[in-house]
Amino acid sequence: MTRYVIIRILQALIALIGIIILVFILVRLSGDPMDLIRTPTSTEEEIARLKEYFGLDKSYPEQLWIYLSSLFRGDFGTSIIKRQPVIDMIKAALPNTIKMGLPSFIIAMSLALVLGVLAATKRDSLLDNGVKLLAVLGQALPGFWVAVMLVLLFSVKLRLLPVAGMGTLKHYVLPVGTMVFFMLPGMMRLVRSSMLDVLDSEYIKLARIKGLPDRKIIWKHALRNALIAPLTSAGMLFASLITGAVITEIIFNWPGMGRLAVEAVQARDFPVVQAITIIVASMVLGMNILVDITYAIVDPQIRFQKS
Amino acid sequence: MNTMVEKSKNLRLQQRTFAWRGQVMKNLSLIIPVTILSLLILSAIFAPWLAPHDPINIVMQDKLLPPFFLKGGSMKYPLGTDQLGRCILSRAIFGARISLAVSLVVIVITAGVGTILGIIAGYLGGKVESFLMRVTDISMAFPSLLLALLMAVTIGPGFWTVVLALSILGWAPYARLIRGETLKLRSADFVAQAQIIGCSPLRIMVKHIFPNVVNSLIVMATMAVGMLILAEAGLSFLGVGIPPPHPTWGYMVNEGRSFIDSAWWISTIPGILIGLVVLSGNFLGDWLRDKLDPKLRQI
Repeated sequence: MTRYVIIRILQALIALIGIIILVFILVRLSGDPMDLIRTPTSTEEEIARLKEYFGLDKSYPEQLWIYLSSLFRGDFGTSIIKRQPVIDMIKAALPNTIKMGLPSFIIAMSLALVLGVLAATKRDSLLDNGVKLLAVLGQALPGFWVAVMLVLLFSVKLRLLPVAGMGTLKHYVLPVGTMVFFMLPGMMRLVRSSMLDVLDSEYIKLARIKGLPDRKIIWKHALRNALIAPLTSAGMLFASLITGAVITEIIFNWPGMGRLAVEAVQARDFPVVQAITIIVASMVLGMNILVDITYAIVDPQIRFQKS
Repeated sequence: MNTMVEKSKNLRLQQRTFAWRGQVMKNLSLIIPVTILSLLILSAIFAPWLAPHDPINIVMQDKLLPPFFLKGGSMKYPLGTDQLGRCILSRAIFGARISLAVSLVVIVITAGVGTILGIIAGYLGGKVESFLMRVTDISMAFPSLLLALLMAVTIGPGFWTVVLALSILGWAPYARLIRGETLKLRSADFVAQAQIIGCSPLRIMVKHIFPNVVNSLIVMATMAVGMLILAEAGLSFLGVGIPPPHPTWGYMVNEGRSFIDSAWWISTIPGILIGLVVLSGNFLGDWLRDKLDPKLRQI
């Protein structure tokens, strides 16, 4: 078990280093940030001084080495455009994304659990068909379009909610709604089908024969086992959550990580793009490790085979 | 005892009616998606003959006309016009071309690369396998949207930029799946027999392993159609897809955002189209999966 965990962590670290190098090369391929800073009045000397200041005058291997060693000390560098430490920009943007993402995540997960379980236990009922329809539609309709439609309905037609921005509680409703739409259908479908499989198993039949009350069978015995399958796709779900956050933040003009990333790429702000990529990738990798470990703890076949 | 027999008879009868109903539903859920996808393919191929207007022709005096079923709409522009007086129906028909072309090219590239690497990793094992699996780790953890944005800034937005952006990371899930399948096949008897009679590893991979993973491959590729159409639309919506004036469904939704209070149809119609096509792709994928590869049926 310990060996398995250590191997998984090492593998993730190798992948992370690969990602750091990859994004380092990719941002430098995207062009010279000085082209965007240069004004008609700026002299070659000034540009050269700026390049020196940001270490862009050195060779690529040297730059990479400097970047990696400062990263190791926890220093993400200085933004080329904003001239402030990247870590400060992230500290300003990340809480905004979390403020929107966390409630969405909690709402989507609770709804997915409750609706998925109820649909599975009352198969082919009105609720089940509704859940199936929602899942199918949710996976087919583009999230950005749903967001635009929400704005059309609630902001333009009914004039209930603000179109964009951040501030009052009302500003949260549409972005959170969009994010829930991004996450709910897939998760709900997984919970439902996994629950159906478990309800069909021998030990649930045994529990029924024993005469346990339905509620206890479903919410205790069955649900616990039904959660294993959706767990494995939690990593992928997390990655889609990030894409969803980018689109949601752009549509609703939300000052979070997604918008910061898009602006930084367009301005060729290398340190910011690199920092965001590294943070997001480590979150995805960390999530996958957690899932693997949980899975190994829950499933004895993996636990014993690897140790 | 008697009641038990009766009960089981009843149950069997119930099961039979369910099976019959399921059969109809199954066929219906095949007929509708296939019809929609065929219509899409036909309109993509015959776009220049089907579209009533030039999709990029600007007619300012006809701007923001509603669809025919609303007051002020006419059959001249069946689905209305946008802020520049361009025919939305014609733009949607030409947009189908782009969506379809992007997804088909990306599927061919990703499925091809993913299968080759997956079979090699699964069959050869060892260092090759661990190297390839670390590369798939990287591909699956790299933020895909950020990569697409970077590519658009680097080589400028365009057809091949979108294809590249979706392909660079898209092969990894195929490689994962095919590697898993290959691992199972590697220890099968027919592979051992092929090894004994002296088949080269290349021959075993091409002639013995590949035909046995092709079903999973077809299922996964079909399932990817909808996902890719959504991804292409998302990139176009963010303005890093195929650049205007070429009509793409995603960018049509984006353009309509500024006119959402006066002309809702500009954004709404392309979104419904995307939804219909993706829905059809997903249904066809589900149907194929049930037919070809029941063990993939986890979701």
